[in-house]
Amino acid sequence: MKTQTTQATVAEADLVLTLTVAGQPCGVPVLVVRDVLGPQTITRIPLAPPEVAGGLNLRGRIVTAVDLRRRLGLPARPKEAQPMSIVVEMGGELYSLLADAVGEVVPLTAADAVGNPPTLDPAWREVSRGVHRRDNQLLIMLDIERVLTIGGVR
Amino acid sequence: MDDLIADFLTETHEGLAALDVALLRLEKSPNDKQTLSEIFRLVHTIKGTCGFLGLSRLEAVAHAGENILGRYRDGVLFVTPEGVTLVLRALDRIKLIINGIESQGAEPAGDDAPLIADLNAMAEGHAAPSAAPAAVTPPPEAAPVAASQISEPVAVVPSLSPAPAPAVFGADTPHDQPGSHAAPQSIRVSVDVLEDLMMLVSELVLTRNQLLQLSRARSDGAYTVPLQRLSHITSDLQDGVMKTRMQPIGNAWNKLPRLVRDLANELGKKIELEMRGADTELDRQVLELIKDPLTHMVRNSADHGLESTEERRRAGKSDTGRVMLNAYHEGGHILIEIADDGKGLNTARIREKAVTQSLASEAEIAGMPDSEIHRFIFRAGFSTAAAVTAVSGRGVGMDVVKTNVERIGGTIDVSSTLGRGTSFTIKIPLTLAIVSALIVEVAGERFAVPQIGVLELVRVGGGSDAKVEHIKNAPVLRLRDRLLPLVSLARVLGLAEEEEAEVAAEALEQRFIVVTQVGASVFGIIVDRLYDTEEIVVKPVPPILRHIGMFSGNTILGDGSVIMILDPNGIARATAVAAEGNGARNAEAAAAQGLRSAERTALLLFRAGEATPKAVPLGLVARLDDIPLDTIEYSGGQPVVQYRGQLMPLISMSGAPPGDDAGRGRQTVLVFSERERSLGLMVDAILDVVEERLDVQAGQGRPGFLGSAVISGKVTDVIDTGWWLRQAGGDWFQPGSAPRAARRVLVVEDSNFFRELVVPSLSAAGYEVVGVEQPSQALKLREQGVTFDAIISDIEMPGMDGFAFAREVRAEGIWRDLPMVALTGRVDAAAVAQGRAAGFTDYVGKYDRDALLTSLAEVLDAALAA
Repeated sequence: MKTQTTQATVAEADLVLTLTVAGQPCGVPVLVVRDVLGPQTITRIPLAPPEVAGGLNLRGRIVTAVDLRRRLGLPARPKEAQPMSIVVEMGGELYSLLADAVGEVVPLTAADAVGNPPTLDPAWREVSRGVHRRDNQLLIMLDIERVLTIGGVR
Repeated sequence: MDDLIADFLTETHEGLAALDVALLRLEKSPNDKQTLSEIFRLVHTIKGTCGFLGLSRLEAVAHAGENILGRYRDGVLFVTPEGVTLVLRALDRIKLIINGIESQGAEPAGDDAPLIADLNAMAEGHAAPSAAPAAVTPPPEAAPVAASQISEPVAVVPSLSPAPAPAVFGADTPHDQPGSHAAPQSIRVSVDVLEDLMMLVSELVLTRNQLLQLSRARSDGAYTVPLQRLSHITSDLQDGVMKTRMQPIGNAWNKLPRLVRDLANELGKKIELEMRGADTELDRQVLELIKDPLTHMVRNSADHGLESTEERRRAGKSDTGRVMLNAYHEGGHILIEIADDGKGLNTARIREKAVTQSLASEAEIAGMPDSEIHRFIFRAGFSTAAAVTAVSGRGVGMDVVKTNVERIGGTIDVSSTLGRGTSFTIKIPLTLAIVSALIVEVAGERFAVPQIGVLELVRVGGGSDAKVEHIKNAPVLRLRDRLLPLVSLARVLGLAEEEEAEVAAEALEQRFIVVTQVGASVFGIIVDRLYDTEEIVVKPVPPILRHIGMFSGNTILGDGSVIMILDPNGIARATAVAAEGNGARNAEAAAAQGLRSAERTALLLFRAGEATPKAVPLGLVARLDDIPLDTIEYSGGQPVVQYRGQLMPLISMSGAPPGDDAGRGRQTVLVFSERERSLGLMVDAILDVVEERLDVQAGQGRPGFLGSAVISGKVTDVIDTGWWLRQAGGDWFQPGSAPRAARRVLVVEDSNFFRELVVPSLSAAGYEVVGVEQPSQALKLREQGVTFDAIISDIEMPGMDGFAFAREVRAEGIWRDLPMVALTGRVDAAAVAQGRAAGFTDYVGKYDRDALLTSLAEVLDAALAA
């Protein structure tokens, strides 16, 4: 399923917000991003799935934080490192994707896009819509809907 | 759709609703001029507007209806039930057409000719042959006119103008009639607008809370005053917007009179619906959710609760059954009672059904009071209706009602008396959006508990009296003679492991128990700290977390932190601590009925006077105490001690005076309490607390003991608590000074000797006793319609024995639901089982006078309380 932007049909560059998760550069289309926040106070939610880091207060609205490292089965970030929040909206609810760092907004053309390479880790493959070559690195385009499909529950 | 049509539809809906109510009023008081005029005016308006909008089908039906109504209004025709039914049919047809317009945008096709013909015929006076209006007395002036009208058959539909009829009523053009509808100043507002307004106000409340918090922290003078003002204004605004959401519950009730009327006709019963408190207001959202449950329950009452007219007559009741609705405010809730004066719940049938559906074991059922048995009707698929009627009885109803009620944070309970009626009580919060919640902390995290379910808060440890005790590793709290199961919130939420929680808890000087009620079950939640109560805006749980079940939402506190709102229902479910009939309730009931239950009971083992250990069900013991010998005083030769501000008598099991061989200077005492009375049973030493199946072998009738049992591998004497309590004097088992008419008891006993023994002793105890020698004589009494409150019967009798007699009684007849006590020489488990299967309520050994009296009092009290 596609989210806001359909890569295939748009010839010009799409604006993408870059972020880093455990050293892996990723990107999300800028159009789905509602907010980018620095480190936040996140309230732990008991009995929640491990990927759900908790809840945070964004100007009076409750945002559910999803830790991307845990979502992708990656090792936890070091204690001192505070995650950045990328707030997206899905199904009328606000979610915050916790990443290690947020980069710039860059235009990425469809021309640079390739499908998932066969060597891609299965955990990444599940949430990836494709990859871009950029600065001699692979940038994984995240599929927000699949990222937020946790334990079969969305 | 056209704006005009849309407005017309809304108006017509309102008009039709008003017509329903008015027509039923008319049926009851056919000569009420105001009602007649109102009805005529409403139909006239509908007819006029239809014509104007070119809705010809509607116009034709409305026209025919207006015909009859005009005649009623002018007194030319008498109002009869058949006439009202016919007009109601016309209204239903109009509703049908209106719905068609709504969905299709145009009048649906259909043939109204038969209906219109009927209406016209009725208008002519040709209709229903049995048009003998029993309760209608025609106004004198109209009589000659009516006669002349009817005598000349008019083929053509007469003109509608009311002019030809002599002025029966005064100037009664509709416009001159005030009062039947006081035109309130109001405007129509779209529901969405109100919802948005509500959302904004909620956010405003939150922000206001935040500001107040900040201002308190800073004590910055300049802001305080304007902030106070802002706070007041926000509260007022909140109240005002809440009011827009409030609607009188009468709105949910307005379809019920018609429903009941139709049901009464369909079922052939006479039913009267009484509605009190119709103007009690509640939140629109809540109203929507309880509309259907209420309707369902009224149907149930009419269909199952109320008996047929003959049954009612036979039972000595009035012909007309009553269904009563009552709504009122209490605390932050609205209470709605739905009661009927019908035949009440059939407890015996519910018991059977519960066992056959494996909802509980025979033993558990035996130990439950009737009020708990009645709650089985809220289980899914549970319907004891012998036949599934079209109206109800499909067995899908009450559990859905309960779920719906609980989903909005409400509770439902039932109370019923056989032969007298049933009453349901629903308690629901006034509003859902902003609730009062108690903020608690556990394991360093804060949570909100909706104030609604909270009964009380108890402090444990840290110098308070209350203590958390453990019965087989399950924490419980003794709260005023009641055993309250406890749940550790930390453990339930997975915030700490059992041992960690315990260690952390010990470290704390004190903890708190939040006593919560879910449905009819009460339990306590252990938390570390209590904060205050705040008004919070409830936000729904995000979809990813809905499966957790412990939370009913989340919210933002005044200090900006996000916290989860706990759902006591979910907690109870998760720990199965407050499930119907489970948990400590079972322990209590089992303790009290320990002897008759095959389940495991907690028993206290002690030594008193002799080597053989003694046992008493732990649930009956209020406290264990060590009383300093020098505080024991003597009154009238009996040892007493000042205990909690009262004088508590001390009883010795062995007859020995207070003292102890260990030389501690203290006497160990088992304290039994009931309300303000206490009794101390002096014992030598407490041995142990065990949980075992109690299988008592009846003793030789040694007073004070029920018999012996093998407990923990040793032969143990089981004490007869009731006997000891009576030694302290006073009536321990009478519920109070409520004067009662003498209860009638039938004794069936073939042995003259025993009959001569039982009958007088029962009479001495205040019962009115009838003794017969054989079951056949007893059954003859039944044939004659003689009634009793209870039956006591021997088992071993020539001819028809006790079992056969019991089966006979239970099979049919007026004694079917009476408590039956078996008096017999055999009290082994097999005999007891056989007796129960035959229908006996209780079993008493021959001849234990006290046990018989106790048993009789209990079964009669149970029957009364149910």
